[in-house]
Amino acid sequence: MKHRIELKNHQREIFYFRLRLMLSLGFVLLMLLILLLRFVYLQVVKHEYFQTLAESNRIAVIPVVPNRGLILDRNGVVLARNYSGYTLEIATRKVVDLEATINELSTLVNIQPKDRKRFKKLLAESRNFDSLPIRNRLSDEEVARFAAQRYRFPGVEIKARLFREYPFGEGTSHLIGYIGRINDKDVEQLEEDEIASNYLGSDYIGKTGLEQSYEKELHGTTGFEQVEVDAGGRGVRSLSRSAPVSGNDLTLTLDAKLQEVAEQAFGKYRGALVAIDPSNGDILAFVSKPGYDPNLFIDGIDSENWDELNNSPDVPLNNRALRGQYPPGSTIKPFMALAGLFYGRSPSYTIHDPGYYTLPGSSHRYHDWKQGGHGSVDMFKSIVISCDTYYYGLATELGIDKVHSYLSQFGFGQKTGVDMEGEVSGLSPSQEWKMKRHNQVWYAGDTVSAGIGQGYNLVTPLQLASATATLANDGIAFKPHFVKQIKRIPAGAPEPEPQPIHDMHIKPEYIDLVKRAMEAVTQPGGTAAGASAGAPYRMAGKTGTAQVIGMKQGEKYVANNISEYNRDHAWFISFAPVEKPTIALAVLVENGGHGGSTAAPIARKVLDYYLLGKVPTPLESDNEKEGAEHD
Amino acid sequence: MINKKELQRRFMVHLDPILLMGVGLLLLVSLIVLYSATDSNLLRVFGQFVNILVAFAAMWIVANMPLHYLMRSAVPIYIFGLLLLVGVALFGDISHGARRWLNIGVATIQPSELMKIAVPLMMAWYFEKNEATLTLKNYFVAALLLLIPLALIARQPDLGTALLIGASGFYVLFLAGLSWRIMVGMAVAAAAAAPFLWSMLHDYQRHRILMLLDPSQDALGKGYHTIQGMIAVGSGGILGKGYLNGTQTHLDFLPERTTDFIFAVYSEEFGFLGNLILLGIYIFVIGRGFVITANASTYFTRLMAGSITLSFFTYAFVNMGMVSGILPVVGVPLPLVSYGGTSMLTLLLGFGMLMSIHTHKQLVKT
Repeated sequence: MKHRIELKNHQREIFYFRLRLMLSLGFVLLMLLILLLRFVYLQVVKHEYFQTLAESNRIAVIPVVPNRGLILDRNGVVLARNYSGYTLEIATRKVVDLEATINELSTLVNIQPKDRKRFKKLLAESRNFDSLPIRNRLSDEEVARFAAQRYRFPGVEIKARLFREYPFGEGTSHLIGYIGRINDKDVEQLEEDEIASNYLGSDYIGKTGLEQSYEKELHGTTGFEQVEVDAGGRGVRSLSRSAPVSGNDLTLTLDAKLQEVAEQAFGKYRGALVAIDPSNGDILAFVSKPGYDPNLFIDGIDSENWDELNNSPDVPLNNRALRGQYPPGSTIKPFMALAGLFYGRSPSYTIHDPGYYTLPGSSHRYHDWKQGGHGSVDMFKSIVISCDTYYYGLATELGIDKVHSYLSQFGFGQKTGVDMEGEVSGLSPSQEWKMKRHNQVWYAGDTVSAGIGQGYNLVTPLQLASATATLANDGIAFKPHFVKQIKRIPAGAPEPEPQPIHDMHIKPEYIDLVKRAMEAVTQPGGTAAGASAGAPYRMAGKTGTAQVIGMKQGEKYVANNISEYNRDHAWFISFAPVEKPTIALAVLVENGGHGGSTAAPIARKVLDYYLLGKVPTPLESDNEKEGAEHD
Repeated sequence: MINKKELQRRFMVHLDPILLMGVGLLLLVSLIVLYSATDSNLLRVFGQFVNILVAFAAMWIVANMPLHYLMRSAVPIYIFGLLLLVGVALFGDISHGARRWLNIGVATIQPSELMKIAVPLMMAWYFEKNEATLTLKNYFVAALLLLIPLALIARQPDLGTALLIGASGFYVLFLAGLSWRIMVGMAVAAAAAAPFLWSMLHDYQRHRILMLLDPSQDALGKGYHTIQGMIAVGSGGILGKGYLNGTQTHLDFLPERTTDFIFAVYSEEFGFLGNLILLGIYIFVIGRGFVITANASTYFTRLMAGSITLSFFTYAFVNMGMVSGILPVVGVPLPLVSYGGTSMLTLLLGFGMLMSIHTHKQLVKT
């Protein structure tokens, strides 16, 4: 019985299976019929149409490159623009003897040895099928001369093109960055992002700075034109065209004039300055000195200029503001003071400073910068006169992990998340970090030096400026950013107002104490009194010194005995006006010695311009270039 | 002693002559068209010939394998393939924006190709194991066996291959008797969920989907391929431009003309008549596959043979549809004609299985 049922089921199953198989066959035949009909349509009905396209004319799809978006400062001053000009290009794969062709060309247009060198470099780096520029910015006369002789140079063409230009040159080099010719690595990245087809016809791509970080906004959408071309490959008639969409213009939070003032205030010094609006995180100035001329890079830099930039001991290509990591030195003290207050240290707690600090049970002396010490020091005074001994003790009392966890709230040891690629995170050490990184336990002595911002501590100027802005804004942190608005076509929603990313909820009396102390730093008796004398607004600040080389126990730092590149770095952080800060900044002067004497005057000039509109009298006639080369 | 005739018989005994004829014709077309598509590059044609020889040897071995070998291999092959896919996701080489290749030192392999065979094999094996007590749950599990590798391949991302493997798995489910109600229900559910899913996508994802549907949106990228392919096919006319005379082909207008767009080369040079012949050969091969499927003796072999046959049809249809502009451009070669060793191998492995299914059953009968 059971067997029969199974058998029956089996037959039924086969029946249903074959039914479904027949259905599949029907589906297959139907689909193939559709295909057949398509062939009839293409090859019989529309044959003549396609015949025409294929035989008498050929369709070429020509990409139409969009105009790159402009970069403007907050007041509409142009920082990166386009202008049109002529370029002489060689399609390298169509030319047999490049050398001979270039030699002949040089009888018509002015080709310098450096043009040849640059061309060779491009040739080595570029995609195989490119046509490469041998000369840019031809004069009208040169264009005319070449046009008359064009028949002699197959594969050589004059092209009208938009060139990128950075009117501020060196002054905005680390901020705006530059564009350069697309190389193999860029192509790989574009393919990975699946946007390679949008770059057909594009020769340039953002390489550093905001040009790189906002590449997607700035580039625009490539259009295309379908044209009929004759047998020689020349366009005869445009069939259809989709217009390119220009890249979006960027409006920055930056104030170009302020940037210029800050840049010039450095004079011959190397260093960095970042100024931020504490109430919203707008970056107002972003300087890294020395800079370089970004215009050199656009069409491939020649090897002489490149070697000079690349081998200079001043490393002008290094973006110090974003990527330079330095010990914060004494600028960390206001933040340390807040940490102390948070963990219960009374403001009135007073130490007696004999000029050094010793750990309990040890005879090792950690020296204060002032021999003989500062006498009685409470928290207020510890900031004003920058007492090291006070912070040796405070750090030891708190322990490194508490210091680490409180300082992280100001962003120490973390990337700020600024909208520029390549940021580094600095370092705010902890026991865990040292074990992980160095596989060593944390020593009590490590905490002592951490208390005054030396030892393992590292910050970037951007980071310190951001932390200062957070302090100035009473512990309410904003993410620093460069771009205020992106002008989209069609217009999208306006950029949302920046929102605070973190509120530390610092008690008003604590923040008030620290701010008053920082103001006193700029008053007579404070470490930055000289630079801030006579300011008609209330200015707060803190000086700092970052050691470049360590001093042995008992050895004395004498600047003149040390080679320049090993001298201390000078720091100054500041915000103003104290009652309602509208600008906060950090200045670093490499090998500048004391913060009060080299860094603070730079800050003063920036504040004077920003708050009073006061333009400093121009520095001595020597321009920045000479400044960058000084020894 | 075995004489020559006996040797010949033994070599041929598990090869299905009818199928072999169809496949042989397609391979012949492949070599002929490739010679034209490569601008008479005999080296490339020879390369394809080597691909064919290797794949043919593999086919012969599989055809001579008894069916229980095939069944027993289902689970290990499937798991092996799955591990390779996970390996690709973790350590794969990136090329053209997708992580599809696994570098194993001596060579790079593309595990998703293996899954074209492994997935239906595994599903058919699973249905055979549970044949006596099939419930809805089994279909669910089988669908899962399909969806796991599918998800891994789709996120490489290789949407084309994922769709093809999805089709081959769906054929197994369909032939295994998945209830109409569920299929209709799922189709309705998918249609209902589409607007919701659409609203969840990022702008750039929507853009990509729209581009698949309307290639002229991307006339510089994939749209260019379609436009040039259509011109090649259309300008071929009824009789074609003649062998080695295709202007689209030889003046460099056709992209990918030895692989995905080889049909455009064929169509331009041999015209509508040539297309009829090619379609005829495909129908012949597919028809033979249907006969083998209908006569297969076990549940497993029916499902497997049906899936192989229908998948073969799908590859051919999708490729020709793509070149002639009725389907979006997805990277699918024309089966047995396009240049390429891997796809040749998987296809002939499939045909080897078909032959094994057919000939071993006959041996059992007699």
